[in-house]
Amino acid sequence: MSAYIVKRFLLMILTLVGMSIIIFVLLRLMPGNIADIMFDSAGFVDPEEKANIERELGLDQPIPVQYYEWIRGLIVWDLGFSYVSEMPVVDELQPRIPITAKLAALSLFFSVLFGLPLGVISAVRQNSAMDYILRCISLSGLSLPSFWLALLILMAFVQYAGTIPIYTDPPENLWDELLLYSIPAAAVGFRSSALIMRLTRSSMLEVMRQDYIRTARSKGATDNSVNYHHALKNAVLPVTTIIGIEAAFLIGGLIITETVFNIPGVAHFLVEAILMRDYPIVQNLVMLIALVTVLINFLVDMLYAVLDPRIKYAD
Amino acid sequence: MGYLTRAAALGLGVAMLAGYAGTALAQKDGGVLKFYHRGTPPSGSIHEEATNSTVSPYMGVFNNLVMYKQDVAKNSLDTIVPDLAESWSWNGDGTELTFKLREGVQWHDGKPFTSADVKCTWELVLGKSKAKLRKNPRKAWYKNLEEITTNGDHEATFHLKRRQPAFIALLASGYSPVYPCHVPPKKMRTNPIGTGPFKFVSLKQNEHVKFTKNDNYWKEGKPHLDGHEWTIIKSRATRVLAFIAGEFDMTFNVDVTVPLLKDVRSQAPHAVCELVTTNVSYNLIVNQDNPPFDNADIRKAMVFAIDRQAFIDILADGEAVAGGAMMPPPSGVWGMPPEVLEKVAGYGPDIEANRAEGRKIMEGLGYGPDKPLEVKVSTRNIAVYRDAAVILIDHLKHIHIAAELDTVETSNWHAKVARKDYMVGLNLTGSGVDDPDSNFYENYSCGSQRNYTGYCKEEMEALFEKQSMMTDQEERRKLVWEIDKKLQEDAARPMIMHSKGANCWQPYVKGFVTHVNSLYNNWRLEDVWLDK
Repeated sequence: MSAYIVKRFLLMILTLVGMSIIIFVLLRLMPGNIADIMFDSAGFVDPEEKANIERELGLDQPIPVQYYEWIRGLIVWDLGFSYVSEMPVVDELQPRIPITAKLAALSLFFSVLFGLPLGVISAVRQNSAMDYILRCISLSGLSLPSFWLALLILMAFVQYAGTIPIYTDPPENLWDELLLYSIPAAAVGFRSSALIMRLTRSSMLEVMRQDYIRTARSKGATDNSVNYHHALKNAVLPVTTIIGIEAAFLIGGLIITETVFNIPGVAHFLVEAILMRDYPIVQNLVMLIALVTVLINFLVDMLYAVLDPRIKYAD
Repeated sequence: MGYLTRAAALGLGVAMLAGYAGTALAQKDGGVLKFYHRGTPPSGSIHEEATNSTVSPYMGVFNNLVMYKQDVAKNSLDTIVPDLAESWSWNGDGTELTFKLREGVQWHDGKPFTSADVKCTWELVLGKSKAKLRKNPRKAWYKNLEEITTNGDHEATFHLKRRQPAFIALLASGYSPVYPCHVPPKKMRTNPIGTGPFKFVSLKQNEHVKFTKNDNYWKEGKPHLDGHEWTIIKSRATRVLAFIAGEFDMTFNVDVTVPLLKDVRSQAPHAVCELVTTNVSYNLIVNQDNPPFDNADIRKAMVFAIDRQAFIDILADGEAVAGGAMMPPPSGVWGMPPEVLEKVAGYGPDIEANRAEGRKIMEGLGYGPDKPLEVKVSTRNIAVYRDAAVILIDHLKHIHIAAELDTVETSNWHAKVARKDYMVGLNLTGSGVDDPDSNFYENYSCGSQRNYTGYCKEEMEALFEKQSMMTDQEERRKLVWEIDKKLQEDAARPMIMHSKGANCWQPYVKGFVTHVNSLYNNWRLEDVWLDK
């Protein structure tokens, strides 16, 4: 087990190094750089002034030198300065990360809270009216674009409540924060919960046809015991994988949700930074996301062993 | 009788004064004016930007030497009033403009304002100072400025290479604030210091820009507001909904489009909305450096293809206006009136006849229905540009030009244009000042960085200079029309239409006047107050 963990850890490092090279090169392959974009707001491009800006930002250096400078900075926790705001990257990212983390956690919480039990209900009441209703709802969750759903929610609030649940000022207490984030979290979590529900349903249906479930029933176990003790415990394994993947994919959904609900998180900030070719922000943020993703995957792998005693990681 | 007349005049005067005093007394101090903003301002340094994303929020941080009267909607030479300058005078031959400066004015950091700051500011813009601006978009405005000299701490003189009566119009723009000598350009971008009614507090990317009242403002009793805050909301749907829900006191500068205005008026009938011309034009930029558009005849044929009314109806619900390079009347001061405009080639009311003329030119060059000229129409990949480009492509078909849409990521647009990496572009151009000196030198003069097409003619340069030197404004106007006509017929940058946009505010916002011939000059906000 310990050898497996070390191996996985080394693989994680390798993945992150590969990721750093890919993001660094891809960013520089994109047409235009920050100097071009800065001139966009001035309505012209002056080659001499552009060259000065590139020199000032170190963009005139060869790519390997720029990469080396970035990695050297990462190692000593000097993430550089945002090209756009001219503020330290750490200062730009620090207040935004908790916002997105809270929103993502709440979305994931909603997804699991609704997706898992409704999936079980749908499976145990297969082909009932309840099953059909839940399947319809889940299908709509998968097919509704989240930006459209978010806009519908906002319009409904303005129309019927005369208010709009968007972020304009930082919330003053935990309750305000929960209120502020729960609507966007529900909007983004709707899709994930639909996915989890459908996956739980199909996984449960598969498990419920297994011999050991029949054995449990023949031994006189109650429906609840069969469904939740014997079936769900085994059906939840693929769902766990999906929850792990969804956690990483949530960032994509959050970009739209943060934009529509005007939440100043990192997801929306990342897109803005990409559009502005703000390399220091994008590079460091993508590395952070990559780190979180590989860590989640690692944790999911570890969780397998806990959830399914049959899984053993050989040394 | 004379006595009665005098008494009546006196009575009227007293009544007016009472009315004025009543208005003045009614103004309430306090409160923070809340705006939404469409995106993070690129910086706080007005001299380095050419966007209302910067000018609108930051204009209140600064003062100019002179400015356009904030409560008069139409900017002209007659509406220029003193600001940091108490008065100004021209020398005999109109080449020296001397300003007497106010005494006792302080920068927000407590340092005194002097004539050295005036000299510094324009030397920075001319590129003559040690400190450098990262970007300098209005260099072309000051082509005629030789140097600035000072006489003591409270007098500064602008020395011009030749007479230019409208030079003062450029100084009155929101784009012409006075900067402090002691603050480097980098700090002006991130933490600007001015002498204006509001101090910069903070800018957080994608969140807000905040300003607070300058308690030591040199204009007594102003500003009325405790501050103003701009919440950045990228999604237009969200921000307009937020205004409708009463979350904001005011919309961003002409952010409400004609179709959206209908929604605002129906869902927030209490809101005050003004739909105004913005001095932003839709136009074509044609790459004259490369074939086939190095051929002037093809450029001329394109002008005949445009049905301007179709653009106006489709894009602006009939509210926008057709015009030449200069913004047309009644809002514009210098544009061609309809009776002159319709005589310009391609502007005639019979669209079919115009297009037949265009086809004739193209057929003469060997193009036809079976052999169309294939081109790409490039534009920014945002709706306001893309929609117009699609209509243009349809119109070009009528003169045997088969065009394909080439959308460009918006932030790369000017870089692409500067590289001349396009054939035909659909562009929007905003004018900071409704004056030919600003427009012609910026967009059509040889060597100007914003003259995207590289249009350059000696004959036109001479005309630009001639109009610029004229003191009789009526005579100048006639010459400007003549120049504008030539620019359109040369297809220097064929104009499609001059757009309109709306500002909306809650009824308790008082003292704000939307200017009708520039977006950039009415954001000092020192007269605005909240009737709450």
